[in-house]
Amino acid sequence: MPVAQIEFSGELMDFIEEWKEKPGNLIMLLHRIQEEFGYIPREAAEKLSRIIGLPLAKIYGVITFYHFFKTTKPGKHRISICLGTACYLRGSQDLLDETQSILNIKGDEITDDGLFSIDAVRCLGCCGLAPVLMIDNEIYGKVVKEQLPEIIAKYRSN
Amino acid sequence: MAYKNYILVCGGTGCESSKSDELFKALHQQAEAQGVKNDVQIVKTGCFGFCEKGPIVKVLPQESFYVEVKPEDAKEIVAEQVVKGREVKRLLYRKGEKADSNVKIEDIEFYQKQFRVVLRNCGVINPENIDEYIAREGYTGLERALFKMKPDDIVNELKVSGLRGRGGAGFPTWLKWDLTKKAPGDVKYVVCNADEGDPGAYMNRSTIEGDPHSLIEAMIICGYTIGARQGYIYIRAEYPLAIERLKIAIRQAKEYGLLGTNILGSGFDFDLEIRLGAGAFVCGEETALLRSLEGNRGMPVPKPPFPAISGLWKKPTVINNVETYVNISVIMSKGAQWYAKIGTEKSRGTKTFALTGKIQNSGLVEVPMGTTLREIIFDIGGGIRGGKKFKGVQTGGPSGGIITAESLDQPISYESLTALGSMMGSGGMIIMDEDDCVVDIAKFYMAFCVDESCGKCAPCRIGTNQMHAILDKISKGQGTEDDLAKLEKIGKAMTKASLCMLGGSAANPTLSTLRHFREEYLEHIRDHKCRAGKCKDLVVYEIDAAKCIGCGLCARKCPVPCIAGEKKQPHVIDQARCIKCGECYKACKFGAVIKK
Ligand SMILES: Cc1cc2nc3c(=O)[nH]c(=O)nc-3n(C[C@H](O)[C@H](O)[C@H](O)COP(=O)(O)O)c2cc1C
Ligand code: FES
Repeated sequence: MPVAQIEFSGELMDFIEEWKEKPGNLIMLLHRIQEEFGYIPREAAEKLSRIIGLPLAKIYGVITFYHFFKTTKPGKHRISICLGTACYLRGSQDLLDETQSILNIKGDEITDDGLFSIDAVRCLGCCGLAPVLMIDNEIYGKVVKEQLPEIIAKYRSN
Repeated sequence: MAYKNYILVCGGTGCESSKSDELFKALHQQAEAQGVKNDVQIVKTGCFGFCEKGPIVKVLPQESFYVEVKPEDAKEIVAEQVVKGREVKRLLYRKGEKADSNVKIEDIEFYQKQFRVVLRNCGVINPENIDEYIAREGYTGLERALFKMKPDDIVNELKVSGLRGRGGAGFPTWLKWDLTKKAPGDVKYVVCNADEGDPGAYMNRSTIEGDPHSLIEAMIICGYTIGARQGYIYIRAEYPLAIERLKIAIRQAKEYGLLGTNILGSGFDFDLEIRLGAGAFVCGEETALLRSLEGNRGMPVPKPPFPAISGLWKKPTVINNVETYVNISVIMSKGAQWYAKIGTEKSRGTKTFALTGKIQNSGLVEVPMGTTLREIIFDIGGGIRGGKKFKGVQTGGPSGGIITAESLDQPISYESLTALGSMMGSGGMIIMDEDDCVVDIAKFYMAFCVDESCGKCAPCRIGTNQMHAILDKISKGQGTEDDLAKLEKIGKAMTKASLCMLGGSAANPTLSTLRHFREEYLEHIRDHKCRAGKCKDLVVYEIDAAKCIGCGLCARKCPVPCIAGEKKQPHVIDQARCIKCGECYKACKFGAVIKK
């Protein structure tokens, strides 16, 4: 099997170097890789497996156990809609349905232009502002579904 | 006081999302531009708790309490208050309807019944500056521990304080520490559970964001007591701000010789490391958390052995919740006698709650144990939004149960909440009103547990799925009365036979709603009716011809569209095509659209 190629940045390599010998480091390393690529590409997992000498199966076992880790590439803008209890009670399921229908995508899909993907998440920690959604790192609180087209439009142009 | 004014800006996640950071910068710019830079100190603090009205700004010494402040308001605050010494009336919190310039924090209903021990520094100090923590008796508890007390004295101090674990189960903290201290072995660990997985609960996050040193101090004390040299804080990756503040606090503590080797010259060494969770609710369970810390899939293991004997890397380990630790810092500085006076006989101290859902004032509150639910929900929380009727309150999140109106006068304690069929949990308190459907809520929580079950044990893996399927059927009007008995049977089996308390408590929301609201379940089954109108398959929208004036608003709002009618004539909904989105119901100004 040909060895897959993927570049790791200098900072990422430094981080791996720093954590390589620490016990129980795998989750921290995966977080750092996801920070770099936005998800965990298979090639990156393979490369990590070689660097730290851990079987790929074990790495995938961990990746797939945790909701936070993604194995598919997300859209350029990630829309996270909170389905935590506080937001659910204040109508966030409607926000999710409406956003899916505006963008015409479901689940892990990304829009054809690669601009958007949607994550249903649990509690963004701003329950006082429920219902809440987050695009990239910007939080929108007390959102009503009528605002969605306008909010999404802001991200279409860039 | 060197400064004329101090402006405290809330820097909690909630307020930062409503642009408190921009506001903070704008205030700085304005102070500079208006030439009063040296008259005012502007500080970014942790959460004030009153999240509903954020961003919050407090100005000292006048104690002006401003709510919903925008970056654009910075200019006026500086020009009026700092330059001219006048309050900005329009931003002041209003009690009732009329503007009242003299509403001080202690006059605000939201704060009146609160008593802040855990949150004592939140919204008061700058969490990114260790000196401010030290100025408020910070690290005096550690000093006392290291130089005036032996490990056994500390255990005894905790025993006298009566402190019990705040992560949910209420296990006596002194006993946990004592067991770990006595467990054989040279290498031991201190772990903090900051996984806070209950969706809709954010007490731990706000505490760390507002007062990170308080956690660090107690973990060092724990290390000294049990003989550990390494500690880990396991925190949700979804809490970037809290993680950042912890990193800063750990760095500062190292610079001050409070972490590292030979702490304060005592000869004791202790270090702390942050480890991130990765979005798995089960990792809040202590044995699963420890597996995750070891870099594995976070699956629980049977107890015993308890972590006190065999924990992280099979070494004796103390694992406590964030709030438990923060209480310890206070106990060690103010003394156990002082602490033991707060709360009830068996549940001492205070408890923080995240008040959310259909409540008027969402936010973070802290009350002495023994406060009643009514005081929390109606006095502090301001009651239900929009004048709706209270239906119930869920404590303990997906592991807890619903508590109804007749129990509102119960004083809160570990025992009382358990007796009511719920549990203390970590402090999520979710308020529901008449528009919430118990079947829908039970289904919501069960879907959560299906998702979060780690799959290791069959009762939880299969039971949650089966219960969810039945609840789904009922919500669609396809349930039978037998199904209710089945829910109870599977629920009981899961409760008894699951490996950990995730499965062991997953049936609670269903069983408790069944107990209190059986009639509503039966309505779904027999009458195919959801009185709250939440179960979409059961709702029917109709137009009352007598009330409809034919304005056509509903027809324009309908996304299908399936509403027809001549202008000024009653309209009709085509039931076959209706998708039950409820837009017409919301749009009609004449109450002509009825929901059945
Ligand atoms: C499914 C499940 C989730 C839990 N989640 C948390 C949590 O998010 N935070 C927490 O402190 N304890 C949680 N616990 C409780 C922990 O297992 C453990 O009891 C607690 O960390 C002990 O700390 P304490 O004695 O200070 O309460 C959870 C337990 C279960 C069964
Ligand atoms: S439940 Fe949505 S932010 Fe907490």
